[in-house]
Amino acid sequence: MFVSYKWLQEYVDLSGVTPVELAEKITKSGIEVEGVEVLNEGIKGVVVGHVLEREQHPNADKLNKCLVDTGTGEPVQIICGAANVDKGQKVAVATVGAVLPGNFKIKRAKLRGEESNGMICSLQELGIESKLIAKEYSEGIYVFPNDVEVGQDAIEQLNRDDQVLELGLTPNRSDCLSMLGVAYEVAAILGREVKLPEPQVETSSEKASDYIDVQVEAKEDNPLYVAKVVKNVIVAPSPVWLQARLMSAGIRPHNNVVDITNYILLEYGQPLHAFDYDRLGSKQILVRKACDGEVIVTLDDAKRELTSDHLLITNGTEPIALAGVMGGANSEVQPDTKNVLIESAYFKGATVRKASKDHGLRSEASARFEKGVDPNRVRAAAERAVQLLAQYAGGEVLEGSVEADALQVEPAVVSVTLEKINRVLGTELSMKEVEDIFARLQFETNTDNDTITVTVPTRRGDITIEEDLIEEVGRLFGYDNLASTLPIGSSTPGHLTQYQNKRRLVRRYLEGAGLFQAVTYSLTNEAKAAQYALEERKPVQLAMPMSEDRSLLRLSIVPQLLEVLKYNSARQIDSLAVYETGAVFLSNGEEELPEEREHLAGAVTGLWHSHPWQGEKKPVDFYAVKGILEGLFDKLGLSDKAEFRQAQKDGMHPGRTAEVLLSGESVGFVGQIHPTVEKELDLKETYAFELSLKAILEEEVSPLQYEAIPRFPSITRDIALVVDKGTAAGALEGIIKEAGGKLLKDVHVFDLYEGERMEPGKKSIAFSLKYFDPERTLTDEDVTKAHDNVLDAVKEKAGAVLRG
Amino acid sequence: MQERLKELQTEALEKISTAADLKELNDIRVSYLGKKGPITEVLKGMGKLSAEERPKMGALANEVRDSIAAGIEEKQKHLEEAAVQEKLAAEKIDVTLPGRPVKTGNHHPLTRIIEEIEDLFIGMGYTVAEGPEVEKDYYNFEALNLPKGHPARDMQDSFYITEEILLRTHTSPVQARTMEKHEGKGPVKIICPGKVYRRDNDDATHSHQFMQIEGLVVDENIRMTDLKGTLEVFAKKMFGEDREIRLRPSFFPFTEPSVEMDISCKICGGKGCSVCKGTGWIEILGAGMVHPNVLEMAGFDSKKYTGFAFGMGPERIAMLKYGVDDIRHFYTNDVRFLKQFSIHE
Ligand SMILES: [Zn+2]
Repeated sequence: MFVSYKWLQEYVDLSGVTPVELAEKITKSGIEVEGVEVLNEGIKGVVVGHVLEREQHPNADKLNKCLVDTGTGEPVQIICGAANVDKGQKVAVATVGAVLPGNFKIKRAKLRGEESNGMICSLQELGIESKLIAKEYSEGIYVFPNDVEVGQDAIEQLNRDDQVLELGLTPNRSDCLSMLGVAYEVAAILGREVKLPEPQVETSSEKASDYIDVQVEAKEDNPLYVAKVVKNVIVAPSPVWLQARLMSAGIRPHNNVVDITNYILLEYGQPLHAFDYDRLGSKQILVRKACDGEVIVTLDDAKRELTSDHLLITNGTEPIALAGVMGGANSEVQPDTKNVLIESAYFKGATVRKASKDHGLRSEASARFEKGVDPNRVRAAAERAVQLLAQYAGGEVLEGSVEADALQVEPAVVSVTLEKINRVLGTELSMKEVEDIFARLQFETNTDNDTITVTVPTRRGDITIEEDLIEEVGRLFGYDNLASTLPIGSSTPGHLTQYQNKRRLVRRYLEGAGLFQAVTYSLTNEAKAAQYALEERKPVQLAMPMSEDRSLLRLSIVPQLLEVLKYNSARQIDSLAVYETGAVFLSNGEEELPEEREHLAGAVTGLWHSHPWQGEKKPVDFYAVKGILEGLFDKLGLSDKAEFRQAQKDGMHPGRTAEVLLSGESVGFVGQIHPTVEKELDLKETYAFELSLKAILEEEVSPLQYEAIPRFPSITRDIALVVDKGTAAGALEGIIKEAGGKLLKDVHVFDLYEGERMEPGKKSIAFSLKYFDPERTLTDEDVTKAHDNVLDAVKEKAGAVLRG
Repeated sequence: MQERLKELQTEALEKISTAADLKELNDIRVSYLGKKGPITEVLKGMGKLSAEERPKMGALANEVRDSIAAGIEEKQKHLEEAAVQEKLAAEKIDVTLPGRPVKTGNHHPLTRIIEEIEDLFIGMGYTVAEGPEVEKDYYNFEALNLPKGHPARDMQDSFYITEEILLRTHTSPVQARTMEKHEGKGPVKIICPGKVYRRDNDDATHSHQFMQIEGLVVDENIRMTDLKGTLEVFAKKMFGEDREIRLRPSFFPFTEPSVEMDISCKICGGKGCSVCKGTGWIEILGAGMVHPNVLEMAGFDSKKYTGFAFGMGPERIAMLKYGVDDIRHFYTNDVRFLKQFSIHE
């Protein structure tokens, strides 16, 4: 809502409060003023001039040579390019030395050999947006009505010596979609009076009811319809001040009849519609629901097909307006219109919203109906409209109005105790202070001991419960005046859950290991949604995506991370390690919420280690990434439960991918991205992993328990085993551990040989085995016994031979 | 004899002092102190001496021997030290060459902001509550006093999956769910971070996916002054002790009264600049007293319990705190952007 400061002064005394101060006060007590526009900013020296002579410029077809009286007593010559300039016009003249918006300084000039002493201005040149300028002046200069005095300040004459406050209204404050509503608010803030307009109309002897009959079939959608008739209007431009007020509020002037309905919309917040009475085609207004398939041609000349959801104003048979949204072309006010029917009605918000949404027609009018107009202003607004029509369109107002009234208006009556007000706000207000606040708002109150009962005016439909009253008290008392306290009462221990703590640990560990945390989008496209998923499920799909690229919820994170690598690699960063923790979404069928599982994914590409001047340069490989995961499992106390198994996965290198298991259950994968995918993404050798973080963090871990530091020495035996090339080290390790028994404390690979000295198809893997007994010093015999077991087992189960 | 011993001593000490290396020194040791050395030779003539002189001469010989040995030892120490010095001098390196890099990554800036806020509120007795990103219309809207057809639903155009299921548009459903779990018994003190989604075209200031972090306190006797005090603590810890806050009335369907909180602009100190659009204030978050309908729907007696809630956008906070100028940076994950957040002030 745009509020003209000058206009507002008509309803509230604003003396001593500048527009900027007013804006600040309004903002602090409830409605954010998003800006204050100074309409005449950067304009100086523009006066009303009289075009005394006009003739064709001798050297230019499209220029006019004008002699203009600017009130200085000495007419000056001005060259003007506007097609509509003519002798006898009163125009806005930027004299020599004047300044126009954009710091455009007017100087004496010569145009095609002719002297020009100033500029005759269009409204655009005076800083008015084209879309707000009445059609007749949109292409050329502005022409004042003839009664304007020459030499006056043109900006003042245009009512542009004003400032406009832009209110950012929250949905509850639709009462301030009217000047009167704003006036009440400002009066409450300043503690001043509201002066309401008091329309007084002389009516003719004829009765409106002799000209029109009003019937409403759809009473629920239209509980109140008021019709008034004004005869013999003269359709013409509105007075300058009225046009100026419309423009300051962002509405383009048309003609006096239409402008007056818009003026009432702004003043009362009540949308009106003016019909050309003689084009109604009947003497009847019938409000009803449309039939399915019924058609109306609206005044934008669009044919609109209707359904039974839509409310129509008809002449008894034919539609003449889509209620609250737009009038019909057939009954539109035209330049030759003589007799006018004014409609002021209360239409149900939801009905108007449906129609305006279905037809893509949102207007100042529909917006107000949608939010609910004040039922008690419907008649007053009609009264005010016909007053202005009589005054500014020369109309004769017929006596009375014709109404269909089924509206029940009960003002809300809400009570609250002083104790509750003070308890919620944390204040120590007295009843007197509270009463004063409601008096400023012009709410009627009734106090009974500790309880104040408020009768809420219908203009403030947002107030229905005691908390609403508390808010009114709070905001007008001023939140600046509230103390600052902290909650008292039972204390609560603040903490992270075990899961949350571990998740933080995972992040820090991975970052310590060189990975950057990424955050990517959950919405993705069809190709990526299920790629690299840990479980085969249908991805969850949006009903109405904004684009194909963001239409499905992800089932895995790796595709998003590959995208991150690709983005960076395209910017010359081809070595990078990233990870992400976040939800993936597994559908549970249409009716149920999907399962959201937190995953951990990582992707590493290019060089893993690089220290060039010492000749160290190591690209990432499988074991670098596996090592990160092993370290992670170690940190989480899961080393003994984790296992890596050779696996195949779509999009992964068939020979360099492992399934990751925890206590025998698959929790994810790690491996090299398939070279064809790498090529598609233009990436170097890239490794990735994706794990169910949920599974990992929820896995049971035995509580931390101190283990005695060994007091006895251990004995280490190394063995090199020759096995088939396909034998997995992990498998051998498993056999060794099982056969080694209690005394075998540790096994690890310390050498791998696959070179020429091996028989074809064979390799040698060397293990170091550590034997240890916490209770005593081991003898050679003890160890030999266990060790022989190991050797037998590997020979029997894996065909392993000790390398000679 | 005596003279001969003195002579040998002088001669040996002379040689020791000019010895150039350990080998030469060893040769001296062997030649003077060895079994076939000159001192032994001299002592062989001891038999000719009187019984009285013999011990004297013996003592003298030992003295000479000890002094030579001591000389050798001292010289040896000297030579050894010199050798070490020489070796170390040869081992000198250029300390200005770069070290072997220790690779580290770091938190995403949004995680950094969120953890900072979490920790701040954990310190004030809050726990961290999380909930699903795909929500029921009921928890996302209805339980928050946004019944179907409510005009404020327009304010947050949403991604629906079915008529009843959508991507949450705020983290408030976590509040509704948590309150419901409390079965009408306070206190509830939670902070809820998470991803939310709205139908916005991605540009410098909008993102269809973004983060939110909300707080909720429900108990007997929670006052609006408690909200103000809590937000003041938050603002000062997050943005600096010198920051002022102000509450402006606002509207949210789930709180009544509702407010927005501004902090004083750091850049201009409140005088007005382009960052604060000339107002001297920067909007940080929305808050309010929990609407009685929200309390009742979650099973709390609104006569007995009151509460406050607040919500903010980590992106906005990061943008203000670090001067980030485009919200899309948070989701493109350009490493040149990410790694700027490794430093801890
Ligand atoms: Zn500033």
